[in-house]
Amino acid sequence: MNVSIIGAATTKFGELWAVSPRMLAREAVHGAMVDAGTEAREIQALFVGNMLSGILGGQEHLGAFFAEELGLTVPAFKIEGACASGGLALHNAVCSVLSGQYKTVIALGVEKMTDHRPEDVATALMGAGSEEERLAGATFPGLYALLSRVHMETYGTRPQDLAAVSVKNHYHASLNPNAQFRRLITIEQVLGSTKIADPLTLLDCSPISDGAAAVVITSGQSPKKSVSIVASTVATDTLGLAQRKSLTELRATKDAASRAYKMASVEAKDIDIAEVHDCFSIAEILALEDLGFYAKGKAAPAVSRNEVTIGKSKRLVVNPSGGLKGCGHPVGATGIKQIVELVEQLRGIAGDRQVKGAKIGLAQNVGGSGATAVVHIVCKAR
Amino acid sequence: MVGIVSYGTYIPEFRLRVADIAGAWHKEAQEVIGSLGLMEKSVPAADEDAVTIALESALQCFQSSKKTPSDVEALFVGSESHPYAVNPTSTIVGELLGVGRNYLAADLEFACKAATAGMEALAGLIEAKHIALGLAIGADTAQSKPHDSLEYTSAAAGVAVLMSREAGSRSAGGGKLIANLLSYTSYSSDTPDFWRRDGIQYPSHAGRFTGEPAYFAHVMGATQLLMKKTNVTPEGIDYCVFHMPNGKFPRDVARRLGFTNEQLAPSLIVDHIGNPYSASSLMGLAAVLDIAKPGQTIFMVSYGSGAGSDAFLWKVTDQITSYRRKKRQTVAEQMAKKTYIDYVGYLKRTHKI
Repeated sequence: MNVSIIGAATTKFGELWAVSPRMLAREAVHGAMVDAGTEAREIQALFVGNMLSGILGGQEHLGAFFAEELGLTVPAFKIEGACASGGLALHNAVCSVLSGQYKTVIALGVEKMTDHRPEDVATALMGAGSEEERLAGATFPGLYALLSRVHMETYGTRPQDLAAVSVKNHYHASLNPNAQFRRLITIEQVLGSTKIADPLTLLDCSPISDGAAAVVITSGQSPKKSVSIVASTVATDTLGLAQRKSLTELRATKDAASRAYKMASVEAKDIDIAEVHDCFSIAEILALEDLGFYAKGKAAPAVSRNEVTIGKSKRLVVNPSGGLKGCGHPVGATGIKQIVELVEQLRGIAGDRQVKGAKIGLAQNVGGSGATAVVHIVCKAR
Repeated sequence: MVGIVSYGTYIPEFRLRVADIAGAWHKEAQEVIGSLGLMEKSVPAADEDAVTIALESALQCFQSSKKTPSDVEALFVGSESHPYAVNPTSTIVGELLGVGRNYLAADLEFACKAATAGMEALAGLIEAKHIALGLAIGADTAQSKPHDSLEYTSAAAGVAVLMSREAGSRSAGGGKLIANLLSYTSYSSDTPDFWRRDGIQYPSHAGRFTGEPAYFAHVMGATQLLMKKTNVTPEGIDYCVFHMPNGKFPRDVARRLGFTNEQLAPSLIVDHIGNPYSASSLMGLAAVLDIAKPGQTIFMVSYGSGAGSDAFLWKVTDQITSYRRKKRQTVAEQMAKKTYIDYVGYLKRTHKI
């Protein structure tokens, strides 16, 4: 694969009530283009990852919407894949460059969620679920609570192990100036917070957020600060949980990851940093196992032992940005933000949260309860 | 000098425990209580509305004063639960009080700060010597949709404040003031944090948006403006009163502004009756006036969604001592007089079933 990321930027994530979607997109894209040293005339296409603009904001046609805002008249596309919209946008951007159709394109992820009532957002997010689950009144916290229960019963995973994911990711977020929650929390605070869907508490759950992130990618080798995309894969599974053969894994993640490792000619043990989709604490545990970092049932104790924490890890660091839990989860932006974090880590410009010597990074972006999984592997340009 | 001649309060005696609301919706009661910072709220009787509550508070106000309703030259009623969309509460109350015909009547609506807007308007009319005596009332039977978070706090109560200028000044009229209005100001913006469209039964709100950019920005904005205008600091004030949408916000904003718990605590009626919307900050003021000593200062800030805050600096006069000897129920006594009802009883009394 011969695609490079030459520019990357993210806005601050959080409750950005004074900032519009247009302003978010402009800030992220401007940052990425300045980082890349790219002129607008060099951009040949725009891929926008977004999930909720239509159902919450009444605004569809996002390709042209953001192209107009950015002063572009290039081909522009909205890519929707629930919370994996950002990852899917990048995948489509990569494919467009690999096809030879375009040389330099932008992948933008953007979401504005906090202007709307939480109950409306929760209903809108269930648009990513199956009809049966939706009609039954299920919510994503409820679905991930089911996955948690099965994991706990099968592998003895404890609530405090799940809580350790949130504690770690808040610690990482405390080191990230763009994160939504820059404060430390304890296991006891997670366990004692409001129960959302047993066994998941409030602090097991990622928040509703606003934010945008953008990358500029181009074909071929690139300037010295660039990062190469060495794998970009997507896999899908059933929308609902009922049809799944196993509830202790997300098969789509396993499928996308196995193809990504093959595409990049690397193995799980070669990955130095991973940005994974911790929409709920159990989701990070599942990701660490499904991506091959740990055997089934072994990830939760490892997180509790600080094996994937910045400054304490001896090999792999997971979610140095703070993940979805600590950094925030503007759903369409998350997949691109993961890539921006990997780029900054591989360039060695991640500041207080820098993982020393990181050379290969992996991003796993999930839509729904595992119906879509996107995996990217990036490495320092050689 | 403009000030308060008399005040009256009315709190319906029915109470609903927050724990009972939480139980009805299978919520953890202690989590809700901890989150909102209150235990129970007042509930109107089935035949009570903003008119009857306004009237009850006004009657108590006149029971404590030598002034009579016929002395009133302007009557403003602030509420967001006026029984009629078109047909003023203020004239019904004026008629029942016997104000007469030669008075300015107006209904005001500005979410929870409508009544304090009326007080500012009265102060202006009195200062301009256009009138000598005016009555501002805040009265609400606050609406909230079942299972909405507002349901835990929306309450019912009324406060009437009779305002005039000091008797004996060169202009005609006036009365003995129990508190002088040293200064006041307002802070307003287009901030849609809470609203109810015409014809819609229950208000909507923007969740967490009602906090920082709404309540805190406006209450703190008005406070800082008035402190700058009057050159006072929290240390120089005896009591503070802030609008109380829940138990947490007033405590938080007082702490941020540098007030102590001792300065705030006497006004925290929210702990006992919830948020009676237009009557909230005025009930806090009344609770403080019930105990304040001559010479003490009271800093009061209302908040109305949409959004705005009115800030007032009061100084209690020597008249407060003789005023209290009149037979009247204090806010504390009204809060203590209560009959608990269950959730179904609440639904019936508020005509939800």
